[in-house]
Amino acid sequence: MSKLRPDLQIIADNISPNARVLDIGCGDGALMAALRDQKKVDARGLEIDPANVASAVSKGLSVVQGDADTDLSAYPDGSFDYAILSQTLQTTHRPNAILEELLRIGKQAFVSFPNFAHWRVRMSLLVGGRMPVTRLLPQTWYDTPNIHHVTIDDFRALVRDGKLKQQGEWFLSGDKQTSRAMANLLAEHAVFLLRK
Amino acid sequence: MSEDARFGLDKSVRLLGPLPLDSGGELAPVELAYETYGSLNADVSNAVLICHALTMDQYVASTHPLTGKGGWWTDMVGPGKPIDTNRHFVICANVIGSCMGSSGPATINPATEKPWGMDFPVLTIADMVRAQALLLDHLGIERLHAVIGGSMGGMQAISWTALYPERVKSAVIIASAARHSAQNIAFHEVGRQAIMADPRWRGGAYYADDDPPSSGLAVARMAAHITYLSEAGLTEKFGRRLQDREAKTFGFDADFQVESYLRHQGISFVDRFDANSYLYITRAMDYFDLAEAHGGTLAHAFKGSKTRFCLISFDTDWLYPTSESRTIVHALNAAGAAASFVELSSAFGHDSFLLENPEMNRIVDGFLKAGETG
Repeated sequence: MSKLRPDLQIIADNISPNARVLDIGCGDGALMAALRDQKKVDARGLEIDPANVASAVSKGLSVVQGDADTDLSAYPDGSFDYAILSQTLQTTHRPNAILEELLRIGKQAFVSFPNFAHWRVRMSLLVGGRMPVTRLLPQTWYDTPNIHHVTIDDFRALVRDGKLKQQGEWFLSGDKQTSRAMANLLAEHAVFLLRK
Repeated sequence: MSEDARFGLDKSVRLLGPLPLDSGGELAPVELAYETYGSLNADVSNAVLICHALTMDQYVASTHPLTGKGGWWTDMVGPGKPIDTNRHFVICANVIGSCMGSSGPATINPATEKPWGMDFPVLTIADMVRAQALLLDHLGIERLHAVIGGSMGGMQAISWTALYPERVKSAVIIASAARHSAQNIAFHEVGRQAIMADPRWRGGAYYADDDPPSSGLAVARMAAHITYLSEAGLTEKFGRRLQDREAKTFGFDADFQVESYLRHQGISFVDRFDANSYLYITRAMDYFDLAEAHGGTLAHAFKGSKTRFCLISFDTDWLYPTSESRTIVHALNAAGAAASFVELSSAFGHDSFLLENPEMNRIVDGFLKAGETG
């Protein structure tokens, strides 16, 4: 079994067996396959890229090609135990609306995203004066899919303003988990577990 | 039961019925012509039913008796193919209403001992499916490993999942829709009017003289054929190129290659298809609206469904565009059904599902295999 991306591993470790899961932006279905094989999870996926969808479906996963911005409304309220949005929030047109949809469809929601306030990003902009290109944000400003860059503190504010409950938070630097302290400066990546 | 695993074999059966029809009438007996490939396994769990499109037939992977051409889906069906005749017992039956051996306007009405003609009852897609269910009963197959179809075949496949959810483990619906749109109906009406305007149609009673309305049927085919192709595909294949000539003739001969091609499509079609069947099958497609049969809400058709669904559309298909497949996917999601869906890229419009497409094959192959391990 190939190794999961670190943020996906955190999510996989914290999902209860036999749960019903909707993975939004599921890529080629790596997390879904791991959840199915290791935890007997009933996983469904939504993915925008047809090549990724084809890969996932040919692995026997139930994945539909679609866009988080337009295709979530068909899913009924509370139809999943978890809705997962990994490294996708920053690519959506209305991240706050997506977050609402996640917690309408799922009883809980995992959200992971790259932290735009990581010190490397800050240094890159401060010293270079150019839009940051880092190992976590490897594309230039004009060809990045990330249209709504977000920091950990921004996300916390969004959670607070939406009166959502935070059930868990995890931070990553490279492949390693890092501490909560100064996460907004030191973490490259964050994973949050939310509920209404 | 023992089935001969050889390809084809031109099977047929006359079932007593009666088959109750959506129109309120019934059909008896029900004649069904079908092909099978491969062998049914001991626990009867490897049957795959292929549903054919409007002008196709049961010769999915075997030589057509009239044209001598190979099967219409040999990229998809055969040994080692996604629908694997080494692994699956494959069934493809000519739909009722058609003209390749199953009950239709050209077969004999037992009441008059003459061809039915326009006395043949008007059918629906659901009627075609119920007739296939009779055939499966006859073959001793309670549950299908998969039902698969493109275009009108997809309408049958999705109707199978709604009419007989417990009999379908997996369904593959390609380049199809859950209802016929106004545009779909409009194109079909052009075809029907072309047939009925041919003086040789004579209210459908042309069988005795062996003088069918070939001109009308050819025009119907020409009009329909345009809808199966994309504009880009036509441009690439023909452009404005002239047919075997250096200059325009300032007449109405087929100056352009595209005209010549369409004329050829029309003329060759009439050798293998019956005009009345064309009327009946297009009508059945026009009447198709799966939501209508479920209180106007498509999701209700899939309520509690345990079937696995796989839908595929093509980006240049304007006859059954991706939006139609997406409507089905949204309904499946709303019903909580296990659904997969992908829009594939192809230059060839609606016809893409019949052409070689490695990505389509990879998806169908993986989807079917995943259903065999669980």
